[in-house]
Amino acid sequence: MITTRPSRLAALALTATLAIAACGGGATPGPSSGPTSGTPTESMAPLSGTITIDGSSTVYPITELVAEEFQFANNNTVQVPVAFSGTGGGFKKFCTGETDINDASRPIKAEDEGEGLACETNGVEWVELQVAIDGLTVVVNPANDFAACLTVDQLAAIYGPDSAEHLLWSDIDPSFPAEEVQRYMPGADSGTFDYFTEEINGETDAATTHATQSEDDNTLVTGVAGDTYAIAFFGYAYYVENTDKLKAVEVDGGDGCVAPTDETINSNEYAPLSRPIFIYPDVGKARERPELKAFVDYYLANTNAFSTEVGYIAVPDDVLAAEVAEWEAAVGG
Amino acid sequence: MAALAPASRTDSRFEPALMRRKVTGTLFYGACVAAIALLLLTLIVLLVDVFVRAAPWLDLQFLTSPPSSRPARAGILPAIVGTLEIGIIVGVVTFPIGVAAAIYLVEYASDSWINRLLQTNISNLAGVPSIIYGILGLAVFVRALAMGPTILAAALTLSLLILPVVIIASVEALKAVPHAQREGAYALGASRWQMVSRSVLPAAAPGIMTGVILAMARAIGEAAPLILIGAFTFVTFLPNPISGQYTVLPIQIYGWANRPQDDFQGISAAAIVVILALMLILNALALIVRARLSRHIQW
Repeated sequence: MITTRPSRLAALALTATLAIAACGGGATPGPSSGPTSGTPTESMAPLSGTITIDGSSTVYPITELVAEEFQFANNNTVQVPVAFSGTGGGFKKFCTGETDINDASRPIKAEDEGEGLACETNGVEWVELQVAIDGLTVVVNPANDFAACLTVDQLAAIYGPDSAEHLLWSDIDPSFPAEEVQRYMPGADSGTFDYFTEEINGETDAATTHATQSEDDNTLVTGVAGDTYAIAFFGYAYYVENTDKLKAVEVDGGDGCVAPTDETINSNEYAPLSRPIFIYPDVGKARERPELKAFVDYYLANTNAFSTEVGYIAVPDDVLAAEVAEWEAAVGG
Repeated sequence: MAALAPASRTDSRFEPALMRRKVTGTLFYGACVAAIALLLLTLIVLLVDVFVRAAPWLDLQFLTSPPSSRPARAGILPAIVGTLEIGIIVGVVTFPIGVAAAIYLVEYASDSWINRLLQTNISNLAGVPSIIYGILGLAVFVRALAMGPTILAAALTLSLLILPVVIIASVEALKAVPHAQREGAYALGASRWQMVSRSVLPAAAPGIMTGVILAMARAIGEAAPLILIGAFTFVTFLPNPISGQYTVLPIQIYGWANRPQDDFQGISAAAIVVILALMLILNALALIVRARLSRHIQW
């Protein structure tokens, strides 16, 4: 015996939908209420519009902070959403004109169909602006007391494409214990992976297939923190936040062992793993859209303060000054 | 005595096997209890861990603020609103289409090979990884139909993702309605549409609603396809459903969990608690609807 009529069913479905709608509709935008850090952009008329940014997850923390402060400085009249789909994925969107700025942890690949060539085809004009320096840090477990310093050749023996499946530490150096090397590294889509393989293995993307890969660097941290014979590499910020769980390996690029520190990364003494990280603004759009130009101006003016706050190394002043000039010339001309 | 003798002989003959069967039975029971205990323990450990990490960060400010690079000021309002907007559109799209497709398959379609093929395909579609739907959504909604990376494109992509689940749940609910129900309606002179709309559908409603709401919970928890079709991570404004950028809870969680600083792990946990609460509300809604709709049904 059924007394429920179909109208009841429809009514209930509608009620459920409306209940959810009411929750969404009742919400109001929360104004940003942060401290005023950095200098607000000097402009007469209030800026407006939306600046979309995608790209490297390495650059993301800096861009997010700049975006937040820029929006605050402009009373939230400009919207700056930021995503991170990786340096390469970001360039694909940037070169089709979908985004206004791309975050990049390596230079654009000029001959790549999805990157340089696509930008050329679609008439997307860009400049490369360095916004910080990152020191790729090679880390081991704190209980590892033998591998205090590794040469570039030794790193290539560990991470190179021809590396053995069951590689022993004693294969790297006879004085090391005969224990298997547990290798961890970032995923192949990351600029970090690209840069490391190019600098250490001599060819971008050429690497051992016997390492555990993860797109999430925190997974790599956990892996190395829990295994005496593990090794990994990732951005300096992840090491700085986990110095109690990890030990940084000094790297010998030919001129002796150098530990990654703020100073050695800034002076490029920590070679070859000090790497510049960039933003690529769309110059054509910036000429027509004052808010985009203002955002990049603001970025360059404050990047050293913001990048150090989130764990990166500042760009030397002379490099920055030259960039500002290059940017002004590109947009002005 | 004479009557007892054969019985005891029988007992002794079967006793060893009986013991073995009893032991096997006890072992199986033990294994079942161990399995459920393991599941519950894992769940409890996970929940306790998340709640402990989230506790210092969960407050009204967290629920009503936009995200921030400073964890102390960070909030998830744009992500909550994005998730709710997507949820509403997904519900509005999948409910009528999914239920209509199920009604066709159960009540109207003849049992031909083409319909069996259709049903098998729908079952298979329910098992396709969500990232594949992301690729489809990117090609069809974002690019071909030029919707751009908007809430609308995301909601339609997620609708495709859960439609097979809604259809399967609805088909099962309709099939569970006894045939006598249909014959009764016909006997009273009902047309096929009258039979379906006034007799079968109300009887199947609790099952259908449960399926729809559980499928929506799945849609709300997806991150992978949305990353592909252009959800942003840092969004400080409330998203407009048909134009402009958006973020959702799973992507906000993913973004924060990726960061090296411990504080971000904390707010990531807090966001997980929020999405868990949202899921619980949805599931509770499913229970209430089910209870209300089945109140009047007696076979």
